Amino acid sequence: MSPGFQGRRRTTDPALPPGQYLTEDFPVLSAGPTPRVPLDRWEFVLATETGDELRWSWAELMALPQETPTVDIHCVTRWSKFGTSWQGVSLDVLLDGVDTAADYAQAHSYGGYTTNLPLDDLRDGQAWVVHGYDGEPLPAEHGGPARLLVPHLYFWKSAKWVRGLRLTVEDEPGFWETAGYHDYGDPWREQRYQGD
Amino acid sequence: MTEMSYLDGNMLDGPLRELLAVDLSAATGRCASCGMVGPMAGLRVYAHAPGLVGRCPACAEVMLRLVRAPDRAWLDLRGATYLQVPMPTAPSFPRPL
Ligand SMILES: [Zn+2]
Repeated sequence: MSPGFQGRRRTTDPALPPGQYLTEDFPVLSAGPTPRVPLDRWEFVLATETGDELRWSWAELMALPQETPTVDIHCVTRWSKFGTSWQGVSLDVLLDGVDTAADYAQAHSYGGYTTNLPLDDLRDGQAWVVHGYDGEPLPAEHGGPARLLVPHLYFWKSAKWVRGLRLTVEDEPGFWETAGYHDYGDPWREQRYQGD
Repeated sequence: MTEMSYLDGNMLDGPLRELLAVDLSAATGRCASCGMVGPMAGLRVYAHAPGLVGRCPACAEVMLRLVRAPDRAWLDLRGATYLQVPMPTAPSFPRPL
């Protein structure tokens, strides 16, 4: 490794999407002040396109079946991190039995952040609401108390400080998707910006 | 009296070029959320992000988003009602219509 590439491994690793470099640390990205949400006031709200709402308190989220996904993550700012370990609840559990004809979801967060995803990308073991990282409670700077985890898309889709999901019939672009970033954000097709 | 008509957007090139070429550190902005008017240099900018996010120092709402791709850039000012930019004095403004 040359000195100019400290922390960056030039690699042909097939697990690394195009244009990404591998990092061992966990950079903190943030588009605003870090919200501090007390657990006794935290809630997760799932709203359908008809206005029906399902709500989970912190205790109710903890009482759901927990999973411990270990996944690779890819940030649009070009770092990737392999083998990150999380704890949380699969979106399959939260969406189970929800009566909806929506094709899209917009995640919204404490602090005002939003991001949009096709609803199908949140199903079938592809997405979680996570509250633990590396065996510890998820730190606020990484999105705690809880964040979305959708590792097959660029990490801006994994909304920090997630507060809920709004299921929508039409695709409704979020915070970065309305400011030049790609609507879907597949790292393997290098969908960074609009039109990529 | 003739019907009011519009001009082709190409005519904006000159006026916008004049405006966007100035030193924006001297510009003033109005927050669309709380109405505060203040220098753009007073925004709180979050740069450890996929783009630059400028927030109002009074209410913390987003006033400016700037995203830079290798070959393009996006400037989102929907959180700012206006930018007021100092210009060289030109007594002929406003121009007679
Ligand atoms: Zn404001």
